[in-house]
Amino acid sequence: MRITHEVVDHVARLSRLDLTDEERRLFLDQLNTILSYFAKLDTLDTEGVAPTAQALAGENVFRADIVTPSLPVEEALSMAPESRDGHFVVPAVFEPDDPERTR
Amino acid sequence: MSRHRALLRNVVIGLEIHVQLLTRSKMFCGCSTQFGAPPNSQTCPVCLGLPGSLPVTNRRAIELGLRTALALHCDLGERSQFHRKNYYYPDIPKNYQISQYQYGVHPPLAVDGWMEIDIEGELRRMGIRRVHLEEDTGKLVHPEGADFSLVDYNRSGVPLMEVVTQPELRSPAEARVFLNALRQILQYAEVSIGRMEEGAMRCDANVSLRGPDGALGTRTEIKNLNSVRAVERALAFEAQRQAEVLAAGGVVVQETRHWDERLGVTFGSRGKEEAHDYRYFPEPDLAPIRVDAAWVRDVAGSLPEMPEARARRFAAAYGLGEYEAGLLVATKSPADFYEAAVAAHANPKAIANWQLGDVAAYLNEHALEIEDLRSRPEHLAALVRLIDDGTISGRIAKEVLAEMLAGGEEPETIVGRRGWVQISDEDALREAISAVIASHPGPVADVRSGKEKAIGFLVGQVMKRTRGKANPGVVNRLLKQALG
Amino acid sequence: MRWLDEPYHRLRPRLGREVTLSELVDAALARIESREPKVRAFLAVTGDQARTQARAWSARLAAGEPAPPLLGMTMALKDNLCTRGIPTTCGSRMLARFVPPYDATVTARLAEAGAILVGKTNLDEFAMGSSTENSAFGPSHNPWDQAYAPGGSSGGSAVAVAAREAMAALGSDTGGSVRLPAALCGAVGLKPTYGRVSRYGLVAFASSLDQVGPITRDVTDCALVLNVIAGRDELDSTSAEASVPDFTRALAGGVAGLRIGLPAEFFGPGLDAAVKSSVLAAVRSLEAAGARVQDVSLPAVEYALPTYCLIACAEVSSNLARYDGVAYGHRAAGAKDLYTLCARTREEGFGAEAKRRIMLGTFALSAGHYEGFYRKAQQVRTLLRGDFERAFAEVDVIAGPVAPTPGFRLGEKTADPLQMYLIDTYTIPANLAGLPAISVPCGFAAGLPIGLQLIARAFDEATLLRAAFAVEQAVPPLPEPPL
Repeated sequence: MRITHEVVDHVARLSRLDLTDEERRLFLDQLNTILSYFAKLDTLDTEGVAPTAQALAGENVFRADIVTPSLPVEEALSMAPESRDGHFVVPAVFEPDDPERTR
Repeated sequence: MSRHRALLRNVVIGLEIHVQLLTRSKMFCGCSTQFGAPPNSQTCPVCLGLPGSLPVTNRRAIELGLRTALALHCDLGERSQFHRKNYYYPDIPKNYQISQYQYGVHPPLAVDGWMEIDIEGELRRMGIRRVHLEEDTGKLVHPEGADFSLVDYNRSGVPLMEVVTQPELRSPAEARVFLNALRQILQYAEVSIGRMEEGAMRCDANVSLRGPDGALGTRTEIKNLNSVRAVERALAFEAQRQAEVLAAGGVVVQETRHWDERLGVTFGSRGKEEAHDYRYFPEPDLAPIRVDAAWVRDVAGSLPEMPEARARRFAAAYGLGEYEAGLLVATKSPADFYEAAVAAHANPKAIANWQLGDVAAYLNEHALEIEDLRSRPEHLAALVRLIDDGTISGRIAKEVLAEMLAGGEEPETIVGRRGWVQISDEDALREAISAVIASHPGPVADVRSGKEKAIGFLVGQVMKRTRGKANPGVVNRLLKQALG
Repeated sequence: MRWLDEPYHRLRPRLGREVTLSELVDAALARIESREPKVRAFLAVTGDQARTQARAWSARLAAGEPAPPLLGMTMALKDNLCTRGIPTTCGSRMLARFVPPYDATVTARLAEAGAILVGKTNLDEFAMGSSTENSAFGPSHNPWDQAYAPGGSSGGSAVAVAAREAMAALGSDTGGSVRLPAALCGAVGLKPTYGRVSRYGLVAFASSLDQVGPITRDVTDCALVLNVIAGRDELDSTSAEASVPDFTRALAGGVAGLRIGLPAEFFGPGLDAAVKSSVLAAVRSLEAAGARVQDVSLPAVEYALPTYCLIACAEVSSNLARYDGVAYGHRAAGAKDLYTLCARTREEGFGAEAKRRIMLGTFALSAGHYEGFYRKAQQVRTLLRGDFERAFAEVDVIAGPVAPTPGFRLGEKTADPLQMYLIDTYTIPANLAGLPAISVPCGFAAGLPIGLQLIARAFDEATLLRAAFAVEQAVPPLPEPPL
């Protein structure tokens, strides 16, 4: 498998990375090298093998429905690049359902 | 135009309903779910998505999902697993949402259920595709005229349940009936307050038109409908719009649309829709959920009787009409109230009449729920008992009830204090009857000439003279004797 | 200063008699000040807090409190472990000014056990790398030869311990990030069983692989630290219920009868001859002490590296999505819309390796590729677990090298990401299978230490530490690093 500049651009967009032209070129080469290394996996027959998502997972790990203290608002907002009136601030969202919005 | 109408007869609707669960704390952390708190006052490292924080699942949320799944006759996957749905938006602090979306071999909490709804007297089984759990997003507010928006993460991580139907609803009206019935079940199962108007239920609706060849047309999805009425209106508009597009030889574009409540129209997104690529994968921070038979038994055992079944039982056991039974079970607390009252005094018919009549009117007038009343079911039972044993008349009972509902006193106390005990003493009544006969010669003559109806007037006059305390049955009998 | 040149467990009986807590902490801080210019292990030194903690403990002891297990152990934490009120940068511009409002569970447990935090250590950005060269704040240097990389990603932690700046440190190990720098710097490094130690407050790299582990001067200190940090934590759903024994008790049990497996896959053509002979010599010394050595086979190990890359990159592409400039961390200036804010923030905030792995992981999870990449990798993971299960039916411990070479120079591998990834070939399998694994010094070649890797059954750190302790007894001790 070889990926193209278009794929790099698409993946960069999905990843929200505003890559420089130099990075686009570099990543194209490097990703292709790495992906061709991954091709090694294709030689292994895994037909019918169940996937492992977690090596040693327990089951049914829950917490009780109990309210615990939240952070003070000032502390929650103290980390924010920009805040106002008890809120975090982002550039304006105008659309009732922004095209970026997917839910 | 006939093609247009033919198309409208073949509407196919599927609903995705997001339900807020009745938990105290959030889905994956201990922050409160209470509404109305100051912005960002109910947040912590987990629901702010701070580096290093980890989710831990609220067991109660899973149980409420299971209750719903059982109430909707779903198959419970033996093992389910949360997944990450990856997309960027500032109201999801981690830029992925922990959800149970079904893909590949990974099951959600429950699948393949059904719910029976009454469509114009015919019971129809609507398929439920799946029930799954996820976390809510934060809230974005855009101040008028500002070049910025504000983010409040209080809702971030609040448990949400998604109920997805099969595309089996055939009209906007059926969608309304379905939503009302679902709400009733969710309230009965004590899963959610279920009120769309308060945001406890939100609905996305898919709609398409089946062509003359029976093939499903392209569907559109209307997002974030927040009242039953909006769902019905938006679907009606959208079906009509699609029919018009098709009748004019156009094609329906698969898209997400929005409902403008004020204009009564749906509209498409203005921007280009990016193809969604959510990159689902199993959430490695959470352990899988295994629902074994014992857990299912526990949950099933804790589920109350569902409204349909309860209405049938009310009709059979209490001799109520279908309509009355339906009204009584419409929400759970009044039905519980009714049963408790009947248990205290076995006159189900009379108790139903009082509860659906004067009590309902009082609640309506004061915008109260039955659980807000200080009067207990035993009080209503006692009131009916006082009528049944002849202590008070129905007319007095109305006054006693009014006082009882307002003040929460026992009806016996009110009757005693007011001296409203009914007069059944025949000697005392004969005096009043003689006086009424003497002062109303006209009606008396009518009765004597065979106009039986006129006796009602005379009974009324006796009641008036005794300020309502006379036993109307006794008065009737004595009047007939006197005029006989 | 001499207090600082011995393992903690030897110092401990003299603490309070020959040296006070405050004297010890002052000495440690002075040592850090003198050696930091050469090795650059720390991103932040928490001198004031350390002195305050020392005084606080002295007061508590004076008030009659019993001495906690790690009293006075000067501790360095990898800078991806959250420390309340102390910056936690993850070696990234993205979090250069991030101050967490909470402590990681391990941070809190160590503090409660009397350990004294002296600083936060350097790492490859978000723990992604094998040399610390991916740190946004410059690399750390190997104390044995400052032209050499200390290994990574917990390079700063290994350097702090090897350079005697801290008595112990915590690192995190996703594909070898504790064991590799421990081996290259001549320290003991343990990756516990997945679930043994809480990950709460460890800034996630690859959640299904990450595990916090100690880096210490010797195996006994390693057991002491593990005693404190191991155990179920309600804040981490993947932390295990497994009971926590006193790991120091089993150490001296010896290895008579212990079955040790040597997988051919760990001794293939890629292995440096000096490393190979040093590792095999250590295994022979265990045999001489009564252990039985036999061959085992782990055929899926050949596929471990691409499997690991896919899983780790997929998970990190999601784990790093939260760095968007909204609620915390770096924010690009002047962005007028959400997309630009996010994409520019991430472009400015992340280094090349982070971007590369995000891109790889996003690609591997994206529509049309999930089955061929991510799911395939998860299947290979199943095969690898099976290989280990079969091997552990026959042996108690698996032995092999930690790294294929004794070390590499700073700058030597930065141009070729794949060459850098290959360094983790032998450490990755234990992460994929969730097994405990330790790196213990076993030799010395051309002035650089060599590490032996031992792997044990899940939750059998006791056996792992016992075998490592036997190695430590059998091989000649390392000299002091030339600082």
